[in-house]
This record gives sequence, structure tokens and C-alpha cells, in this order.
Amino acid sequence: MMSMSTILEINQLSLATTNKKQLVTDVSLAVGKGKTIGIVGESGSGKSLTLRAIIQLLPPTIIKVGGTIRCESSCAMIFQDPVSALDPLCPVVRQVAEVVSYRQHLSRKTSRTKALELLALLGLPEDLKRNDRYPHQLSGGQRQRVLIAIALACRPGILLCDEPTTALDVTVQKQILELLAKLQRELNFALVFVTHNLAIASALCTKLYVMKEGRIVEQGRTQDILANPQHAYTKMLIDSVLHLPDLKGVIAGE
Amino acid sequence: MLLLLVSLAVFAPLISRYQPAAQNLADILRPSSANHWLGTDQLGRDLFTRLIYAARTDLRIMILAEILPFCTGIFLGMLAGYYGKWIDALVTLMTNTLIAFPFYLIVIVVAFASGAGERGIYITFALVGWIVFARVVKGLSASLRKQEWVASAKVLGLPDSRILLFHILPNVLPQAIVVLMTDMVGLLVAIVTLGYLGIGIAPPTPDWGTMISEGQTFIYSKWWLSTIPGFAVVYTGIALSLIGDGLADLWRRK
Amino acid sequence: MSDALQIKNITVNYGGFIALNQVNLQIDAHTTLGLVGESGSGKSTLAKVVAGLVTPDEGEVRFSEQVLRKRRTRMQHKAIQMVFQNPDASLNPKHTVRQILSEGLLFHHIVPRSQLMDRCRELLALVHLDEDALVRYPYAFSGGQRQRIAIARAISVEPNLLIADEPTSALDVSVQLSVLELLHRLKEKLNLTMLFISHDMGVINAVCDTVAVMRQGRIIEVSPKEQFFLHPKADYSYQLLSAVPRMPIFNR
Repeated sequence: MMSMSTILEINQLSLATTNKKQLVTDVSLAVGKGKTIGIVGESGSGKSLTLRAIIQLLPPTIIKVGGTIRCESSCAMIFQDPVSALDPLCPVVRQVAEVVSYRQHLSRKTSRTKALELLALLGLPEDLKRNDRYPHQLSGGQRQRVLIAIALACRPGILLCDEPTTALDVTVQKQILELLAKLQRELNFALVFVTHNLAIASALCTKLYVMKEGRIVEQGRTQDILANPQHAYTKMLIDSVLHLPDLKGVIAGE
Repeated sequence: MLLLLVSLAVFAPLISRYQPAAQNLADILRPSSANHWLGTDQLGRDLFTRLIYAARTDLRIMILAEILPFCTGIFLGMLAGYYGKWIDALVTLMTNTLIAFPFYLIVIVVAFASGAGERGIYITFALVGWIVFARVVKGLSASLRKQEWVASAKVLGLPDSRILLFHILPNVLPQAIVVLMTDMVGLLVAIVTLGYLGIGIAPPTPDWGTMISEGQTFIYSKWWLSTIPGFAVVYTGIALSLIGDGLADLWRRK
Repeated sequence: MSDALQIKNITVNYGGFIALNQVNLQIDAHTTLGLVGESGSGKSTLAKVVAGLVTPDEGEVRFSEQVLRKRRTRMQHKAIQMVFQNPDASLNPKHTVRQILSEGLLFHHIVPRSQLMDRCRELLALVHLDEDALVRYPYAFSGGQRQRIAIARAISVEPNLLIADEPTSALDVSVQLSVLELLHRLKEKLNLTMLFISHDMGVINAVCDTVAVMRQGRIIEVSPKEQFFLHPKADYSYQLLSAVPRMPIFNR
């Protein structure tokens, strides 16, 4: 099953709380180099915990009770809430530069230049070069861009995204998703995308894993799953997506 | 722990064969014996009897002195927290003004004005004791005010008095009671200190503070005269704190 | 008496920040108006103005041809009810479900005290919850169930206008659908006028007759639903709609 290009492989991962409550059971998944997979499921399905297990960021009361995680490359993670993931008392360029200097072993000055390059790549305003800003001076979308910059500063082979756009408005969400796709093409990292939004996952990912109550109930190529769902839960998820009529507007919006 | 103490205090006349003020000059400064479990003091009074009668005095004063400040504190705190604006400003001004004066200074002034004894303690505590409750309750109600169930009660058209009484009060009461327990410890120490200084409860009424100060003269030869009432204070203090902690844990778990 | 809502020239200032800027809006009796917009656009503030939680600096709100003033009458309070976004915060944690439901019933004298329990049971049945929920506290329920209790509380006083402020955005998608269906059914059954606020276009499409778009404290478009989703008038509406992630269509 393991092919040459697999960059991350999880085998029969099980997680439980310290008082023996099983949270994640026998989760196996594999990600190829530069590929995108999506993990979909509702709250409490264990999707975020699986993600956290990969970068060993489990909460102290939850432990791995079985299975292996094999990771060929460095991982970085983007969180759902860009407000609490940034240090509120540290200007953003400094936060990015700190990670650059730590992960890439560069001097303070070059890491600052690198950080600014990264932020520019992510479409943050140019004037950060002159006056650095604190996180609360940025909008939600900008903060999420800063977070992505920090994640990319680690030069990850795998980018883990935990509901990165849930806290954002739809127009900003669209920009961030497009940005992630563009960066992935340029930097060729693998993307593990956790979301409860089936529409986002199916638009972004080539392969989907559907999780429910700590287990993977269905997996496969996105189009196969959507066209021909096997598990009742997957069908229910697909049916609960609210459809919109197609726009017929002639206004040049984009 | 406290139960033992309270029952000792309540049933004091039944437990002890002696009157707390009964002197027996033939039998002074005796160590522990079958007749006098904890020995006698310099006037031949039974130490155990005085100890539990003192518990009666001190606990009674402690509880009575807390009632008024507990109620006013919660009342003012809720008003200040719920309405904010000028009521909050007024209450804050009052608390800040009163906090500026050291507690014992106020007690001494009141004691001089109204004469030493219980009354001074009641008056002083009614003046300053509510501050702690008001502060805690104010913070809580200010955050509760923003909760959506308060908004929905308002949308129902319920008058503010009803919202305060039936919605806010049950939610601040647990915290206030926890504070009450810790505050009682402070008050007890204050009562005892005042007794010790001679401006609290006037002899011959038994009180741990006066007992400590009277026994002080004999600290080298008859050490237990001061030490045992001292322990009683510590015991009560620990009991109250444990209850406070226990209640806090209980309510937090819910 | 028609249950139409009229909002005229409402302006709300939050210490210099203009949350609502000369807002005019009309909801016809027994229809559902969907209010969309991004965070900070003023949707929730508008809801609070209608519900009487925020007093506008300018303008007036009329319901059933009556002007709603800062102090509302008991009848006016009863007529307009609201369901909030956060199911964790919308129920008093120290009250049982029975207390939560009976409070409005008693206060507005909807039923005599002797029929109180029966009425509470009926309300629970309306929102598909078991009777034994009555003696339990909110923490014993899931998010979707709590939202049902909140809905039951809102309809307990037999309102004419129901405001729903993002009632499903904190819920899972599968639960969301059932809550939306419930709201829709109740609206039909009780003949309610509804102001439905959401940032989710799919939800708006599912429940509303008319759509209003807000941006930076202003209403920039009001259109019938069919027209809005096919030919939005404002540029911004078009952007909003095109940003919604859509499921790729595969042959099933």
C-alpha cells in the first residue's frame, strides 16, 4: 500500500483520554507528496485530535494508545482561530521572523527580510516593512495569512490545516482557500485539510476521509465519494449541504 | 470539622460542668487533669469550658457580622455589574474610598466612638465588609449581563428586578458563598486580634483573643494557656477554608 | 392587525462607531426576511434594535402600525421574540427546562397556572423533545437540543414576529438542517413574521422569502429570494454569492 511518494502515513492510530475513554479508533491514512487530502466530520468526530497527534500536540489528558505515525517531512499547522494562535503582545513581523530564525538558523536581520518576503507572498500590505503591527490591528483574514506565513516559515513538507477558514467571512474564506491552493502549487507541500464543510473539502481535496465518532467510516477519491457514497453517514452529510441556485449574473464580479 | 466545632459551641452548657466565668482561686494554673481536661487559668477557670464558650461568642459574632455585609455586598455588586454606568462608578468610588483606610484603623475609631465590644465589630464590618462581595459579584454580573439568556429574558419583557433576582442572583450566589467562607476566616482573625488588643470583646465574656492575651503572661511556664486558644483559631480557619474550597470544587464541576 | 415590521432611518452609534447608518427595511406580514452580511456589518445590532435590546439614536421601529418606543408595553414585548446564536449561552444554567419555559407563560398570563405543566409539555412536543426534559438543566442537552429549547421559549408567549440571529451557525450541519426545518414548520403553523439573520447563503436560501444584504451598517440590496440568488443587483451581493464554496456536481 505504501508507495514511494507517500510523505505521511498513519496506521491504526488510536487515542484515548487518561481515564480510558476511547476518542479515536484505528485511524489509518496516507498522504502523497504534494497531494491534498480532506478529513471531514462533525464536531467531536476526532478529526482535530488526529491532526494534533501528527504534530504531537495532544492535550495532556489525551494519550496515544496504539498505532504508528510515520512522517517523512516536517509538519506545520494552521489553526482555526487566528486570534488565539498569535501572541497578542508581539508585532506580527517579529513573530514570523522569530520562527524563521529558529527553524532556518538565520541571523536576525536576514530572518526579518525573509519574514517580510513571506508576508508579501501571502498578500499582506507592504507597509508592514516600515511599521510593524500587533495582531489586533489586523483583520481576521490578515491574521490567518500571518499564521500561514508562520507555518510556511518552517518550510514544511506537510501543511496541516484545522478548519482554517471557519472563523472567517465567505469572501475572505475564498481568498484564503485560493491562496492555499496557489502556495501549494508553488511550494509543493502536501496538505491535510480538516473541515466540517463538505463543499470546501470537495473543492480542494483529491481524496476524502469521512470521520464519525473517532473512526473513518468512508474514504476514497472525492468524486467517487460524492457521486456514490457508501456509508449512511456520508450520504446524510452530503444531503445536509444546502444548495444554491447557480448565479446567472452578468456583472463582472471578479 | 466545622460541624464538631459548631456542635461544641452550641451544646457548650451541656458538655461542660463549669461556668465559663466561675472562678476557683484554690485551683489556679493547673495543668490538664481528669477534673479540668485542659487545666485552669490564673483565676482558676476551667480552660476547656472557656474554650468552647469562647467558640460560642466568636462564631456567633462572626456569623452575625457577616450577614449584613454579605447582603449589601451582593445587592450593590449586582446593581453595579448589571447596570454599569453611574451605579458602577458610584460603587467603585465607595469601595476605593473605604479600601484606602486600613481595616484596624476603622475598628479602633469605631470602638472609640461606640465603646469597645461586639457593637464596634458589627458596625465596622457593616461599613467595610461588603466590599469583597460587591467586587466579586460585580465582576460576575457584568459578564452575566452580556449572556444571551439575560437578553432573552429582557426580550420576554421581564422587569429588571425579576431578572436580577431570578436569573443573576442564583448564578452569583455560589461564588459569593465561597468568598463568604474565606472572608469569615479573616473576620475571625480580626475578632480575635481585637480581643487580644483589648478593644474587642470585653472580659469576662470568654473569647479566644482575650484568652490568648491573658495567657501570655504565663507563656514560659504554662504555655498551653495561650497556645490552645490559638490552635482553636487556626482550626476554625482551616475548617472554613476547606469548606470554601470544597464548595468551589463542587460548583465548578457542575 | 397586520404583523408587518417597518424600520425607518435607524441609526446606532457605539461610541463613535456607526453600527447602523440610516437603515430602512420592511418585512411584510407572515413572510421571512433573510438578512445577510459579513461580520461587523450590523446585522446583529439591527436585530437587537428590533428586539428592544438596543435603543437607536435616530429613527423608529413600527410593528403592526404601532411605534415601538424605548419602554415597550407588555403586549409589544410579547409580540416580538428572539432566538440567539450561541446555544451554550442562551439558557440560564441554573434553571430547569420547566422554569425556562414557564417564565414567559406566567409573566404574560398565556395560560392559567393550573395548565402550566400541560402547556410546557405541548411546547416540548412542538420542538420534538421528550417530556422528561422538563426536570433537567441545560447542561444535560446537546447544542441542537438547547437551541430547540430556546425556540420553545421564544414561541411560548405566542409572538407575532420571531427574530432568529444565526440560530444554526454554532451547530453541526446535520443538526442545522433539522433546526431549520423546525423553524420553517413553526413559522407556517403559527403564522409568524420572521427576521432571519445568517452569514450562510445556503441557510438563507432554504428559509427566506426576501433577502436583504447589509454592509458596513447599511442595507445595500433588498430582493425577492429567486431574484437575489440568480441576478443579484449589487456588486457586493454578487461577490458574496460567488464566494460561497459549492459542491462540485457529479452524476448520481
